[in-house]
Amino acid sequence: MTPGTHPAHPKGNRLSMAVRVWVGGALLAATLALLSACGGPTRHATVLFWALGREGEVVQSLLPEFERANPGVRVQVQQIPFTAAHEKLLTAFVGGSTPDVAQLGNTWIPELVALGALEPLGTRVRASSLGPAEFFPGIWATNEIDGEPYGVPWYVDTRVLFYRSDLFAKASVTRPPRSWDEWRDTMRRVKALPGGDHYAMLMPTDEWAQPVVLALQAGAGLLRDGGRRADFKEPNFRRAFSFYVSLFAERLAPPLGLAQVANLYQQFADGYFASVITGPWNLEKFRLRLPPERQGDWATAPLAAMREADYPGVSLAGGSSIVIFRPSTKKDVAFRLVEFLADPKQQLAFYRLTGDLPARTAVWDDPALVGEPHLLAFREQLRHVTPMPRVPEWERIATAIAEATERVILGQQTEDQSLDQLQTEVDRMLEKRRFLLDRHPAGASP
Amino acid sequence: MSARADRVPGRARREGRAGLAFVAPALGLIVVFFVLPVVAGFLLASTDFDIYAIRDLATARFIGLANFAALLHDPVFWKALGNTFYFVLVGGPLSVAVSLGVAMILNARLVRFKGLFRTVYFAPVVTTMVAVATVWRFLYHPRFGVLNQLLGVVGIAPVNWLGDPHWAMPAIILMSVWKNFGYNMIIFVAGLQSIPGTLYEAARVDGAGPMQQLRHITLPSLRPMLVFVSIITMIGYFQLFTEPYVLTGGTGGPLNATLSLVMYMYKQGFRWWNIGFGATVALVLFLIILAGTLLQLRFQRERE
Amino acid sequence: MRKLAVAAALHLALAIGAVATLLPFAWMLSASLMQAGEASKWPPRFLPSQATLANYRALFERLDLGRCFLNSAFVAIVSTAGALFVVSLAGYAFAKLRFPGRSKVYRVLLTAMVIPAQVAMLPMFLLLRTLGLVNTYWGVIIPALAPVFGIFMVRQYALSLPDELIDAARVDGAGEFRIFRTLVFPLLRPILVTFGVFSFIGAWNDFMWPLIVLSDERRYTLPVALANLIGEHAEDIELMMAGSVLTVLPVLLLFLVLQRTYVEGITMGGVKE
Repeated sequence: MTPGTHPAHPKGNRLSMAVRVWVGGALLAATLALLSACGGPTRHATVLFWALGREGEVVQSLLPEFERANPGVRVQVQQIPFTAAHEKLLTAFVGGSTPDVAQLGNTWIPELVALGALEPLGTRVRASSLGPAEFFPGIWATNEIDGEPYGVPWYVDTRVLFYRSDLFAKASVTRPPRSWDEWRDTMRRVKALPGGDHYAMLMPTDEWAQPVVLALQAGAGLLRDGGRRADFKEPNFRRAFSFYVSLFAERLAPPLGLAQVANLYQQFADGYFASVITGPWNLEKFRLRLPPERQGDWATAPLAAMREADYPGVSLAGGSSIVIFRPSTKKDVAFRLVEFLADPKQQLAFYRLTGDLPARTAVWDDPALVGEPHLLAFREQLRHVTPMPRVPEWERIATAIAEATERVILGQQTEDQSLDQLQTEVDRMLEKRRFLLDRHPAGASP
Repeated sequence: MSARADRVPGRARREGRAGLAFVAPALGLIVVFFVLPVVAGFLLASTDFDIYAIRDLATARFIGLANFAALLHDPVFWKALGNTFYFVLVGGPLSVAVSLGVAMILNARLVRFKGLFRTVYFAPVVTTMVAVATVWRFLYHPRFGVLNQLLGVVGIAPVNWLGDPHWAMPAIILMSVWKNFGYNMIIFVAGLQSIPGTLYEAARVDGAGPMQQLRHITLPSLRPMLVFVSIITMIGYFQLFTEPYVLTGGTGGPLNATLSLVMYMYKQGFRWWNIGFGATVALVLFLIILAGTLLQLRFQRERE
Repeated sequence: MRKLAVAAALHLALAIGAVATLLPFAWMLSASLMQAGEASKWPPRFLPSQATLANYRALFERLDLGRCFLNSAFVAIVSTAGALFVVSLAGYAFAKLRFPGRSKVYRVLLTAMVIPAQVAMLPMFLLLRTLGLVNTYWGVIIPALAPVFGIFMVRQYALSLPDELIDAARVDGAGEFRIFRTLVFPLLRPILVTFGVFSFIGAWNDFMWPLIVLSDERRYTLPVALANLIGEHAEDIELMMAGSVLTVLPVLLLFLVLQRTYVEGITMGGVKE
């Protein structure tokens, strides 16, 4: 089988070769281990900070100032994609590898509080300049569980309509729509414009924000019995659901999931779709990514309401907060970072970098915000926002809602079938919550 | 051999000790990092262990077979099961057939540059699935994708490959066949080379055409290899995960049309941390693979 | 004449197949050299209007993918080196050393190959959690150190080593480990190289387990980093393609260099069964 290897000289060339391979491999491995071990200077206190999406990229430029003000402290930012953030946070919790500080979508706070993952911030907040009065009240409330704050708002986020004003004008639409009927009529006109394959609207079918916003506008409560049961078969939710899926049936919006939108900005610029419901983080991206000749052709507007009398319609009381994880050993430094990020000066700088809307109300009086036309819509929309149900299971429920709409949009189920399934699924998700609530009837919030 | 060992009991004992010592690292690792977890998986599947239980173990409950019962009433599970079988039963045979076909062409005496072709066909096998799926995700793009442009040349209207629930699984199968056929092709080429040429010559003398040669010589000679290839292909295909994960951004969409059992386990277990439920899904996968393997072995034995 | 036509047809089929096989690679390379946004322009184009390395620069400078490259290399090299050690010892012992329960244990191992790794994943994560190995390289490496197929490969090869050789060494008074180290290990070299290539490529390409275990992006392996990038920069098609090229290149090169060994390894499993 192996000619040439004779017992007479077992320590021949081959052996030394083998030894060399082993030693070489071991050396290489050791070198690499060293390389990967020396991440940063260890004599500093390093605060690990998870930030989501583009914010994670941008916030780094604010931090040198914090590090200068806090000698010996280094902030290490890790950028987590928005789409994977919830999963990553839970995995880190289960794996015991949570960061010191993190940016958290405020709808996730109840969940992480229920898991005991977050540090209560009441004492520190009271000793600081950060008070509820400094922030939008509806937004601050999303950070409190049973009166105890677990996060400090960083920026606020709600969804408004971004649209191609030139295309709307071409379709003889004179103002952004104020009611669902007017909205639908607007979309039909835009869709009827000449030109190849194009749509009036992009609403990624796997996003929950749009159907949930419509449901809130229709007055749906989504859950009942103190968040113990699903409530998707009542008329309000049903009406919103029907309206949403009809936009796809009429081909006013393409039946595309987020993963299939190749390049949102490019396609918006090309006129492949003429409007999209999205948030403030896209203000900066639109400025950056749309070609210069398109910059005068887009505008923002508050969302339509179900009835014109209610205009503007409600939107999400979203936003991100900064939280400190309970296992952190650097909570004092971590809270200084929280204070730094909530400081009006930094909030303004952050707004300039990202377009993310400051959570501190004082910053909104700055000329930089007052003079910005695209912000008017957000300013107005923020007075009409509603929080999500504050149950730990919310993220899963929201995903299930998106899936339910998708099933109808893609013609796999009728509305009734889909709502039945949604109701059953969500009731099952809440089973553990019912069990835990009934186990601790005192109302210790799980 | 054994007689010699019997004659020297001391040496046999030493050899036995050495043998145990040599397999100890492997067995130790396998026991700790495979056997134990598998056993624990069975136990977990009978609990509702979830993320609350990570914080407070007291919230986990033994629920017997309730997870299985829940699975049976879970439309998403059935969807994932159906998708997985779709992928295995269509993608598996297709992939084996392509491998065999290409291997036969490559093996033809008239063909030159065999080494070159073999290398080209094999290249996708060694490449990273995540990178490949990243590329295909854009090849499949309904507007800009190369695939639809090629179809356009032939006059076929654009297909929304990954957005249409009817086309998403075929898209994944197509990519998988492209990625995998080279592997089995290599095995088949080796097998074809071991069939004596005299068999074919004799058949030709008897007036057998190419199809008859295929049926009466090639396939019977390759049967053991076909069984082996089918089993490893089946086991591999049942574990579908990375392809839909990357192509659909981790969702298994559209409409769960590409949600596989492993992805469902991942979603339940590692995304929502319904660990007991996820373990149950994994267990079902195991039972199916076991049944599939036994079935194929049985089938082979009956044919012999 | 007919023979010539057949030959031409066969070669044509093979060439079409080869083009189809290479097309995704060609597009990947081409798009990775395009300017930002060029791959999603209408009408679509296949070649960059002006080739640029900007995407590669962005990968290394802005997204720190060089670090992930090192992570991947570290994980792949260490797990391969470790597995070579574990597997060569065990494979040899199962082939050549008589010890109690040998054939029974071996048979159980082979049967266990039917159990999909996914069955062990959730409990294994909890196990690594108690060991403090979540979000470490070792959490990725250790569970990969004793692959049964490697033991199988080495055993099959070791069976063909002549007994006389080993017995002669014993008569000379060599200890078993010394025999393994100085005599058997060198003889196993061909199969170990084959297994090493398999193991390295497998570890480099592995996705699901590193995705689960690693949560700190500074520890991501390339495939995990790439999948992560799509979540964040899906619209930057050109950047994604550059990332794909970077991920694929090392394994493709390794394969081209060690092609023959790799292919032999595959046929061994297939033919001997």
